[in-house]
Amino acid sequence: MSPTSIGEKLLIMVVAILIFVAIVGLILWAIDRPKIPNWVVVFGFLGPVTIALAGGLLYPAVGTVVRSFQKIENVLGPDGKRILVSGKVTTKNVFGLDNYSRIFSEEGFQRVLLNTVAWVVLVPLLATSFGLAYAVLVDRTRFEKAAKALVFLPMAISMVGASIIWKFVYDFRQAGTTQTGLANQILTWLGLDPIQFLQADPWNTFFLIIVMVWIQAGFAMTVLSAAIKAVPDDIIEAAQLDGATGMKLFTKVTVPSIRPSVVVVLTTIAMGSLKAFDVVRTMTGGNFNTSVVANEFYTQTFRQGDAGQGIGAALAVILFIIIIPVIMYNVRQMRLSEEMR
Amino acid sequence: MTAGSGVIPPRIEAVDEQPVSARKLKAQMRAQDAKTKLSSPFASGVAIVLAILWSIPTLGLFITSFRPVADLRDTGWWMWFTNFHVTLDNYQGALSSSNGGLASFFLNTFVITLPAVIIPISLALLAAYAFAWIPFKGRNILFVAVFALQIVPIQVTLIPLQTIFVNLNLQNSFWPVWISHTIFGLPLAIFLLHNFMTEIPRSIIEAARVDGAGHVKIFFVVLMPLLIPAIAAFGIFQFLWVWNDLLVALVFAPSPNLKPLTAAVAELSGTKGTQWELLSSGAFISIIVPLVVFLSLQRYFVRGLLAGGVKG
Repeated sequence: MSPTSIGEKLLIMVVAILIFVAIVGLILWAIDRPKIPNWVVVFGFLGPVTIALAGGLLYPAVGTVVRSFQKIENVLGPDGKRILVSGKVTTKNVFGLDNYSRIFSEEGFQRVLLNTVAWVVLVPLLATSFGLAYAVLVDRTRFEKAAKALVFLPMAISMVGASIIWKFVYDFRQAGTTQTGLANQILTWLGLDPIQFLQADPWNTFFLIIVMVWIQAGFAMTVLSAAIKAVPDDIIEAAQLDGATGMKLFTKVTVPSIRPSVVVVLTTIAMGSLKAFDVVRTMTGGNFNTSVVANEFYTQTFRQGDAGQGIGAALAVILFIIIIPVIMYNVRQMRLSEEMR
Repeated sequence: MTAGSGVIPPRIEAVDEQPVSARKLKAQMRAQDAKTKLSSPFASGVAIVLAILWSIPTLGLFITSFRPVADLRDTGWWMWFTNFHVTLDNYQGALSSSNGGLASFFLNTFVITLPAVIIPISLALLAAYAFAWIPFKGRNILFVAVFALQIVPIQVTLIPLQTIFVNLNLQNSFWPVWISHTIFGLPLAIFLLHNFMTEIPRSIIEAARVDGAGHVKIFFVVLMPLLIPAIAAFGIFQFLWVWNDLLVALVFAPSPNLKPLTAAVAELSGTKGTQWELLSSGAFISIIVPLVVFLSLQRYFVRGLLAGGVKG
């Protein structure tokens, strides 16, 4: 089952693809005949997806919610000591709100929650403002396409790649020695002392946020640029006839016309930065008080053994709960913008 | 320049050869005016400067990866312009097996990505077709349910999924990664493809039906050619998502035999110590394929983005 050589891996890849193509082909072949009852057709088309989603998303989500209320405790004997069965400590699952109360009361976790709030508020605001400003600025200029592609490019780079790119930018050497990180070199040129960007609590979270803004701004720009271009010319002309120019035209005419798109961009980036753990994990590993919920989830679940699983599940559920209202708002705005079209 | 100031903008070229009434000309000029208003050289300049600033971090990594070790340890990449040395040693070092061998992880990424893009597309095409063109009871509710599943964060599903894969004895193969990427990609794929499918005029489908075409014929002959842009849009999304993913890879492909580039490079970063030369070239190796794909297929990507296909 475990492929090792290059040939084996490629072969198993081709086989996997063929299996699924064959499944699709088989389903189509089986239902493509007259007088087949409608429900068989529907089941053929929707069965695989329904099974995949119910078994792979719904069932696990319910399981995680249940587990977030569980805590593993040692079973104590009548003498008040742990019970050992063939060298292993006997444990039991206890139901309760322990995991949640720990997350909200312990100082370390509180800091994680606070950092997460900073990410979810700052990344969308900064990325969207820059994206909007840039979309307006670049609109109908020469080289528009090339300039937009450059700003958009970080979207294609993995967050791991982006983190490494910025690790080079933030690199720190002692004051007085040659700096190899661009940020500290600029500080030195300005006559300032170099900063340990990734360790200077609490500002290090802000420097990590900048990386995420750098990644997401291109997305904001692309969507908002399309929205700006979709504003009808006659609205702009009418406003201009009424004497609106420059800033006034922008705030009173352009922004209200693209408001639904702005909201969709804000919420989408908020969700993205809520779930992303790659940047924190690659740049600081969550050290120096930079951890966020998504990163803490990973650390607790996969690095702390069984003891961390309950906390990890609770953290995942917290992610889920924060996302729900954001998405609902997002969907409503999408509907509105569709109606406007 | 204010609207209707009477100065003909230099860009005006759409003046017909036939005589045009003064009023018409004025209206044309005004329209042209509004179109060209913002294209001042100043705005162009600022826009280009910002775009260049935005690219400097990436450029820095790119240059670093080609510098000799001695140079890049002691001086910043900007010194490369005065102290010009180019070498491919870093790439050799990162790819060769003596240093962790990114070449084998590159293969893993490739083997993970291709099925993880094709499988959800093939399954989602079936589902989207049913949702769009086969009437049945409860269709809307089911579609909304699928759409709503987009909100389930991956984190919530990982541990139970892992238990399932272990029970099926799949944990040492690529199947867990393929299956989970497929599952996580399906809701968006169905949503996107469904949106495109419903935009196809009903009359085309009905005409085909009248001609005696069954579901399969309609699917392949009528719909598929029209769906290529939508498939491309989702395909690029899923490709970038899978190729760049770290979380799923860490959880479901932890062994060196399965591990993709992102996880390997992230590891290089964590344990790097002083190996900046390997980190720079390694990061660039992991970036280059998505960059090329993105640049060559940007059009489809943007279209998918604007169709509401935004993976949260």
